[in-house]
Parts: sequence; C-alpha cells; structure tokens
Amino acid sequence: MTQYKTTIGLEIHVQLKTNSKMFCTTSAQYFGSEPNVHTCPVCLGLPGALPVINKEAIESAAKFALGLHCHVSDVSKFDRKNYFYPDLPKGFQISQLDLPIGKNGWLVVEGKKIRINRAHLEEDTGKLIHAKVDGKSVSLVDFNRSGVPLMEVVSEPDIDSPDLARSYAKVVHQLARYLDVSNADMEKAGMRFDANVSVSKEGIDKLGEKVEIKNINSFRFLEKALVFEVERQIKTLESGKQVIQETRGWVEDKAITVSQRVKETSPDYRYFPEPDLPPLVFNEADIEKLRKMLPELPDKKMDRFVLEYGLDKITAQNLTEDKNLAQWYEDGLTIYAKDDKNKAAKAKVLANWVVGELIRNLREKAININSASIEPAGLIELLRLVDSSEINQTTAKKVFTQMFSTGKTPSRIIKDEGLAQVSQEADLEELLDEVIVENESAVEDYRQGKAASLGFLLGQVMRKTGGRANPVVASKLLKEKLAHGNRN
Amino acid sequence: MKKTISKKEIEHVSSLANLPLKNSEVEKFTVQLSEVIDYNISLLEKINTENVLPTAHVTGASNIQRADETQPGLSQQEALQNTKSEHNGFFKVKPILSRG
Repeated sequence: MTQYKTTIGLEIHVQLKTNSKMFCTTSAQYFGSEPNVHTCPVCLGLPGALPVINKEAIESAAKFALGLHCHVSDVSKFDRKNYFYPDLPKGFQISQLDLPIGKNGWLVVEGKKIRINRAHLEEDTGKLIHAKVDGKSVSLVDFNRSGVPLMEVVSEPDIDSPDLARSYAKVVHQLARYLDVSNADMEKAGMRFDANVSVSKEGIDKLGEKVEIKNINSFRFLEKALVFEVERQIKTLESGKQVIQETRGWVEDKAITVSQRVKETSPDYRYFPEPDLPPLVFNEADIEKLRKMLPELPDKKMDRFVLEYGLDKITAQNLTEDKNLAQWYEDGLTIYAKDDKNKAAKAKVLANWVVGELIRNLREKAININSASIEPAGLIELLRLVDSSEINQTTAKKVFTQMFSTGKTPSRIIKDEGLAQVSQEADLEELLDEVIVENESAVEDYRQGKAASLGFLLGQVMRKTGGRANPVVASKLLKEKLAHGNRN
Repeated sequence: MKKTISKKEIEHVSSLANLPLKNSEVEKFTVQLSEVIDYNISLLEKINTENVLPTAHVTGASNIQRADETQPGLSQQEALQNTKSEHNGFFKVKPILSRG
C-alpha cells in the first residue's frame, strides 16, 4: 500500500481580553448579552465614524507575539481587507497584511518545532444566526462581537498529523492563558481554527492540493475534522481521482467535512493601508519592556518543576498545564515544606495529590482551580494528618473529596464523620480478640507457620473498623496476641 | 503605455463592488474606465519618484492610541433604527449559508 504524508497548517484566531473593543470604546464583554446592545457608530460601520487603536490590545498582541517567539516588527500597520458579508458592517475588515505585529516565530510541540509565519491583529466580525422567520429562511445579525480584538496566529505547514495539530492548538491556547492576554474560552468561541490540509505520496516533495477547513471551534472537532479529511483525500487519490483545492466545512452531527464551494473564484480582497490609522512604531526599549513583563512560560515552568522539585516530566507537565494550578501547587508546597525537611519527598507527595485527587475532582465538577473552594492549606493539613498516621491514605481520599465539595477543614470532617484512625492499643484490643475468635482456622494456619494468614486476619480487622485501624499498630498487636496464644 | 480594460475585468470589479451592471453599462464602462486609468497613469508616470520612499501614510503621525476604557454605546433601539428589517433585536438579512 502507498504511504501518504500529511501536511497541515493552522490559522488560529484568539480573542484578546480587553475592556473595550479594538477601535472603539464600546464594551468588549458581550458574551450572553441581548443582541446588538454592544455597538456604537464605529463598530456598526456608520458613515464618518473613525477608529482609534486600543493601547491594551496592542500590548497584549505584542506580548502574545513575543510568547510565540516572533520577531516583533519595529513598524507595524493596519490594512483594509475588502469583502461583502452581512457580519461585516463596513464592507471591509481592519486587519494587517504586510507588516503584522509578529513574524517568524516558533513553538515546540511534542518535541517538534512548528514554525509560525505570522501573528497579526484584526477586528472580529459580527455573529450570524441562520433561522426561519415567518416560514422564510433568513440570517440574523448581531454586532455585539463586531470589533472585538482578534489575534490570528498562522503556522507554517509543519504539522504532520491531526493529533499534532490538536496538541499545537492546545499549546497556543495554554500560552494565551499564561500570558493573560486572552481567556481563549472555547465555550464562548474565544478561540477558533481554520486548517489547511493536504496529503501527498511519501517520497514526493511536491505537496498535494490544499483543502481549507473553516471555523472549527473545539480541539476535539479540529482533530476529528482533520482525521476525516486526511482519510477522504487518501481515498480520493487511491481511487485515481484528484483532490480539488477548495474550502470545506466541518459538520459535527454527521462527523464529515462538506464542500462549501459556491463559486470558484479566488478571493480578491484588494488590501490597502487603512488611511484612518497611523502606523505603530515600537522601539527596542518598548519591546524589551514587554519581554520583561512576560511571566514564566509553560515549558520553562515545567523544566523548573522537574529540576527544582525532582518531579518526573509527565507530573510536571500535568501540574503546569494551567498556570493557576501550578501556582496552587507551589503555594501548597511552601506551607508543606516550611521546615525544609524532606522537601523532595514532600514535593512528590503533594504533586501526586494534586495531579491525582485534585485534578480528578476538578474534572468531575468540570471547573478550574480558580472556581474551586479548596485551599492549598487545607490539603496540607490533610497530608500532615496522614504523615502523623492519624488517618490512612484511603480515609484521606474520602476526606479530600468532602473537603473539595464542602470547603470544610479536614479535622472538622474527620471529627464529624468519626474517621480518625484507631491507633490506641486499648481501642484495638477488643476488636483483635473478636477477630481471633471468629477466624479459628486462619489463626491455626498462622500458628502452623503460614505467614500469609496474618494478612487475612489484618484484613478482617480493617473490615471491622471500616479501614480506620492503624495498620502498623494493629499488625504489631495481632502478632503479639497470636504468639501469646501459641505459648498457652 | 496604453492599457485597455477588458469586459471581463469590468464584470469582476463590479461584482467585487457589489454593483450589478447591465450589458450596455459594461460596454460603456469598459471604454470609460480605460480612458480614466490611461489618463491618470500617464500623469503619474511623469512624476519623478527616484528619491521617494514607499509609504502608507503621509501625516507622519504614529502610535495614536487610546486607553482601554469603555463608554456607553448605542441602545439596541438606536442601533436598529435605520434598518429596513429586524427580528427580535437582530438585523434581518437574506439567508447566507456559506461564504462565497
């Protein structure tokens, strides 16, 4: 069978987080609002309205570009991209053509370097809803989103699988969140993807015909759409046909891409410099100042967690996926390892709890760490109770789940639920006697030298205490009792 | 250099401008637009641009920016007051199914 090579390039649109829109003072916080209540003459494209650049959007865009390892151009300008579409009130979109904010960047994803051609700033369009009104098909337009700052990150075709495309998109998403320049909220369409994909026979340098899949709004759909499209193109080639260069749309409920060809003319946007907006000039000092403002980025943080806390790479990756979760971990560790004794061991124990129980609980509730009521100090209190054998691991996990949902302190939960470990010999004695009487044959086996029977008897003790017996104390006491019985 | 614009180019430009033209208008504008462009190009060609750098703006201004502060905009009623057709607070337009 012929081997095929997949070539994918992504265009990622990320809404920047600003109070006001890109070129006007209308609020950009439109999500969930009634239609057309966040507009003004500028973002409605009324005649004579003039745009003014939002400083914050420029700074965020430049930071984003630096985070993508782009060269931030000393001169950047805006251009008009002209086309007619009902979601574009002016008949043109203010975008950037030849002098984008950032050029020639890269990101490393799963060990592979993916080059970034450009990162430019533009204004978002309005939103179209297709509906039937009085039995007639119509499109309804809401301009609340019109003019919200949008960063477009264009990769080179360096992505060789749908899986890598998804990972790359996630890295861009993570970066935007780390830099705090965007909420990149998938549910609110704060991040959207267009993918260019082609397949060609292995060993042939010439790329196959390129198909563009537009307007994908989730990581999962991105991967699914690409998997479908790669298979479709290979099947087309295998059947002796040609792949046609075209735009296709992802239809989620059918899990297929469909041709969106309306007419086969290549777009003619007649870009020209936006005459209403003077150019942006960055000097070295401005760029250096922004570079210094960048927080520790995900890959650096991950490396540091491995080096500083002795964590394995996967644990460090899980901890640093969300900046706030990483902060939560480090806050916890500061408390847990306050006396600096056994810091490495404590770093591991805490990491396992965060990556295991905490992330599991966050996922179950589908929330992120900022909306969770559990504080690092609470988990550390719990871990200290485990360290001092007041409760065992199993109980601790139960307590943690309750802490997570109620926000109560561990000692409160342990007291309320009677979960404290039974460590007092006097408390265990009676129970052990019961177990010995109830399990004569196991006791006999043990006395005959079958060591495994001890484990069985201990299990019975645990069962009676609902797992609360301190295993070390119980085992010691049980051995003494059995030896004592033997002598009789 | 004389450049004649073809009918096809006129049709392309009119479709980009969203201006439907009658056949007679296409004929007329093919001639007229060729003349207009010829005249202008001939003037531009006379200008000495040897020491002129390419530029996108002539004012010399740069970095004209505003603080990221919001101000109240239009109400829904104000936003919609000039439209011919609306529905539940939306602008209503002919159905658009995919981007052409």
